Order: sequence, then C-alpha cells, then structure tokens
Amino acid sequence: MARAVSPRRKIAFTLLAWSVALLLFFPILYTLITSIKTEGEAISGFNLIPSFTLENYVEVQTQRDYWKPFSNSVILSLLSTLVALVIAVPAAWAMAFSPTPRTKDILMWMLSTKMMPAVAVLVPIYLLFRDWGLLDTRTGLTFMLTMINLPIVVWMLYTYFREIPGEILEAARMDGAGLWGEIVHVLTPMALPGIASTMLLNIILAWNESFWTIRLTTTNAAPLTAFIASFSSPQGLFWAKLSAASTLAIAPILIMGWFSQKQLVRGLTFGAVK
Amino acid sequence: MKLKAILLGACSAAVLAGVAQAETLTIATVNNGDMVRMQKLTDDFTKANPDIQLQWVTLEENVLRERVTTDVATKGGQYDIMTIGTYEVPIWAKQGWLLPLDNLGADYDVDDLLPAIRSGLTMDGKLYAAPFYGESSMVMYRKDLMEKAGLKMPDAPTWDFIADAARKMTDRSAGINGICLRGKAGWGENIAFLTATSNAFGARWFDENWKPQFDQPEWKNTLDFYVKLMKDAGPAGASSNGFNENLALFQQGKCGMWIDATVAASFVTDPKSSTVADKVGFALAPDTGKGKRGNWLWAWNLAIPAGTQKAASAEKFVSWATGKHYLDLVAAKEGWANVPPGTRTSLYKNEAYLKAAPFAKMTLDSINAADPKNPSVKPVPYVGVQFVAIPEFQGLGTTVGQLFSAALAGQMSVDDALAQAQTVSNREMQRGGYLK
Repeated sequence: MARAVSPRRKIAFTLLAWSVALLLFFPILYTLITSIKTEGEAISGFNLIPSFTLENYVEVQTQRDYWKPFSNSVILSLLSTLVALVIAVPAAWAMAFSPTPRTKDILMWMLSTKMMPAVAVLVPIYLLFRDWGLLDTRTGLTFMLTMINLPIVVWMLYTYFREIPGEILEAARMDGAGLWGEIVHVLTPMALPGIASTMLLNIILAWNESFWTIRLTTTNAAPLTAFIASFSSPQGLFWAKLSAASTLAIAPILIMGWFSQKQLVRGLTFGAVK
Repeated sequence: MKLKAILLGACSAAVLAGVAQAETLTIATVNNGDMVRMQKLTDDFTKANPDIQLQWVTLEENVLRERVTTDVATKGGQYDIMTIGTYEVPIWAKQGWLLPLDNLGADYDVDDLLPAIRSGLTMDGKLYAAPFYGESSMVMYRKDLMEKAGLKMPDAPTWDFIADAARKMTDRSAGINGICLRGKAGWGENIAFLTATSNAFGARWFDENWKPQFDQPEWKNTLDFYVKLMKDAGPAGASSNGFNENLALFQQGKCGMWIDATVAASFVTDPKSSTVADKVGFALAPDTGKGKRGNWLWAWNLAIPAGTQKAASAEKFVSWATGKHYLDLVAAKEGWANVPPGTRTSLYKNEAYLKAAPFAKMTLDSINAADPKNPSVKPVPYVGVQFVAIPEFQGLGTTVGQLFSAALAGQMSVDDALAQAQTVSNREMQRGGYLK
C-alpha cells in the first residue's frame, strides 16, 4: 500500500522540483533575456528586465546567413547519429549477448578515448583531413562526429541490451530466427525506447559539438556552432547579439528535446526501476 | 533557326564556362565594426572583378588565431586571405608562411602607409601584410569631471598627473571611478596595457641577452603603481575588465578616464551608444619623464598565406580593401567618421576626415609616438611595444597576465606575482633556447 504524502510535503517537493528545474534552465533563460537587451544593458551586470528589443535578431540575420549553417547542423547531427547507430547496434549486441573475457576491457578502452583532450590530437587529425581532402566537408565532419560519439552510443545501447533477457533471444532462435532476424525483429523492438533515447542524446551531442566543427570547417560545412562563434568581438559590444545568435542556434534542438522528452526520460530510465 | 540555336548554345556555354572559372576567395576575419562594414561593401570589388567571388569565415579573435595558425603551419590551404595582427606578421613572415605583397598595383601608394605601422609589417624590405586599420592607445577623459576636480588635462600628461586626477575625480557614492584600466588576464588584454605602461616606467620584458627582467625595480614600480591606483580609483571587479567592459563603463559615465585603444574614440563619442559623447577629451598616453610613453601600436592586417592557390586574386582583394579607394568608398557610403583609421598618411591630411573625427590628430600622434623596434628606455632584443614578437609570447604573456590579474584582485602580493613571473619566464626562455 502506498504511503500517503501530506499536502505540505507535496508542496515542498513541488517547490523544490521547480527550483531545481529553474536552476538548470536558468542559463538558457538568461541567454534569451540577454538577446532582447541592448548591448549596453547586456554588459552592465546581472539584470533580469530587458528592453524587449528585437534589434539583435535583425542584426544577426542581416550580418550572416543563418540557413546554411542550420542545414549543415541538421544534416551532420542526423547523419552522424544514423552511422553511429548502424555501427553501434551490432557492436552492443555482440558485447551484451556474446561477451568474451575481453568485453569489459574493450568497453573501457572505448570509453577511455573520451578522456583524452581533443586538442591533443588536433594537428594529426587536421593533417589527415588535409591529405584526404576532408577539410570543410560534411563527409569529414560526419565521420568525426560519429567517431567522437560512438563510445557513448555503444555504452548506452550495451546497457539497454543487457536488460533484455537472453532467453527471449534463445526462444527466437528456437523458432528459427537468424542472426539478422533476431536483431531486427526481436531485439530492436524491445530496445526501442533505449535506441530512441540514445539517438536523441546523440543528435543533441552532435548538434552542440563545437571544438571540431569550428576547427575543421571554413564555410561549406560550418554548422551553427561556427555561426555563434562569429559574433564574438574583440573590440565592440557583442553580448546581446551573441545571445541572439545562440538562441537561434539552440532553438531547434530545444524544441526537439521538448517534444521528445517523454521518449528521452523513458529511455534514460530504462531498466533503472525494476 | 538552327544557327540561332547554335549561337545561343555557344553563348550559354561561354557564360557557364565563365562562372565555372570564377575563383572563390576564402577570407578569415574577426568580428569588429570595420570588418563587418567591409563585408557589406564588397559589391564594389566583385562588380569590378566579376571573376572573383568572396566567402567569409568570421571567428572570435583567439579561435581565429588558433585556426589560422594551424592552417598556415600545416599548409592546409583553407584560407586565401587571413586577418592577422601586428604580432603574427614578423613571426609568420620569418617562417615563410606568408607571401610578400609585391603586386598591390600602381595606384596602391605603399609610401602613403604610416611609417610606424608599415615598419611592423615589413621584413627585409618586403611588405608581408597590408594594414586594414591601425591603432595606438591614448587617454580618453571626461572634460566635465576634470573641470569639477579643478584640473586641466595637458596634451601629454605624466603618470603622476593621471594618478592625482584619477583620485580627485573618484566619487564612489555617485558611481564615478577616476580611472578604468584593463585588468582581465591575457596577452592581448592586461598584458598589452601593462607592457606598454612598463615601457614608460623604464621596464622591459627581457634584457639584450633574453634574461627576464621581472626582478628589476622598474617592474616593481610599474605594478605597484597600477595596483595602488586601481585600488584607490578603479572600478570594483577591475580584474575582470577588458576592452569591452571598460568601454561599457565609460559609455555609461562611470569612468573619469580610460586609457585604451585609439579605436575606442569613435565608440565613446558616438551619441547613439555613449551617454557622455559630448564630454570626452583626448590626450597622449602618459609618461614618467624617462623618454617613452605608454602607448602601444597595433594593426589588423590582411595577409596571404603561402599555401593559397589563388595568390593573384587574393592580392587584388588586399589591394582593394586596404587601398585609398576603399577609404573614399566608406566615406561616401557611411561618412568619414566611419573610415578605418590609422593606416594612411593622406587620411590625416584630409580636411573632411579631420572635421568628422575630432580624435584624428591624437590618434596620429599616438601612432607616431610608438616605436616597435625601440619600445622601452633600455635596449631590448625584441620587436613590439605591447608584446614581444616571439612565438612563445602568447602562452607566456597569458600566464604572466594571470599573475598580474591576481595581484590586482588582491589574491597575491605584487612581489609574489613578479617573483612567479620571473620564474615562469626564465623557464620558458630556457625551454625555447633563448637562454643557455
């Protein structure tokens, strides 16, 4: 029998939850507020009441083309996620259902590549991209974003797959399912919430990646991260315009996250509660 | 009919071939007012050169520096023109990373470039970058507050006068700080200001044998003076203030004086953004009577990397963007006050410009007063007024800047900051092979 929660306690928890949510959302909210301030207001310290000017959005749109970097961001994040899933699903399946004594080591090794600072391999990667003709190409960046996020995708899928009882797959095999059929018709539908949340998370990570996307592009493949970076100025006030550019850049992914939050939460808590 | 079709086809093919042959120049640049304006005015260039298309990569200053350094050092060939500072030009030219600008055209008039600016961009008699705009530093002050304090700003003040005036102008209850100076750590931020200031105090980064000089009394005098002055008359949280933060403070009427880049003059006198636009006066950067003023020298320049395949077209663009015609174009479209300053002697003889820019004379005097080859009172082995033109300086300057910023914030004493700066500099100079 569920324990009754007193109304006072409920209010306290609700307030606490809202406070935490506001705290987490505050940087985005403040960026939004700053984007409708004048440049003078934006640099004058903490202030929550803006002038409600749309001048910065007009200026941002006039100064630079938004749609080209936007389309690059969409293509790069979707394509790199797709490629990562195509590689990671079989890999995670193998590790979850046919583990070897080295599986844990391989997983740790994959994760350890995320621990290396990106700048340490900037020059070798830049030289490889130069020699392969991949600088400032979507192909090059898709490859890069796939490689960067692959360890996380494999890890997440591995965790989800491990929650699926091996007996179900054995039953499928008994019924005559082949390897491909087992993955496509049995495993994938069961792990769909996990795959969906991994996919969403990977899209967000790819959308927000800025180190490589700024350094390996110039104009053709530059996504929205490069668009944001172009509004910082060494001499002249720029915070409000930069905030407007950031708002325009994060809006699509924020909207996507909002609409898919049910799937995200379901996927992230998959297997957490038994 | 058949002939007509053939001719039409031939014409279309010719047009398509023309389009296919059009070269696209990729230009890396920073986001500041003059550069943004140039991007808006490039129709003038592309109309005259229909076979050349332009595409821009605009980045934050430090990211741009890192991006173009990686590209030029690896001969990546991503850029055909780069916007680089006076600091990079001699280093990169020496490495063979830049092409000399030998074909800027007959009407370019290279002798019209301001000698101080030109000398910083020249190596072995060859120009390796063309200045787009140049700047020095000077004192910008509130005439009303100066009068209220019962003082009159001389054209060429001393540091003692500035310190005295700053303390007298300070009225913290009214939100007025006597002086606003850079405190934010960085080789291009507080170190630019403090290195230039230290020249006036007789200090230098290195002696003739590249031995660091932070253990000398001149540096102690410089840093002591700065920290005490900022404590008495500077704004709260000054250790976080760079150019932009001080600009905002001055425009809002919260600074009695501000010593910074001459390019700021057009911002603080612009009534659209400055509340004190009609109350601003200008003076040369201060000295201490030792023969050197604390004014720096900087230019944003257009250079052509050695890895480009489109050198001829790139040089055409550089010639257009830094030539006299461009100044006339900006004046015609946006007025003389918006012309990029500090590059050409003829601009400072132009009556229309002198009338539109009340700070023009002071800017020119400040630029002329800077000597990058003899920046300090004592001899130095390096070039650069507010920087030392060696590759190690970016990292070293920023580390020393962090120490000086900490001293300003009260997190460490001046003596500790200087002692650590000396240790770090010694180590870097040994590592770089300058010290045996």
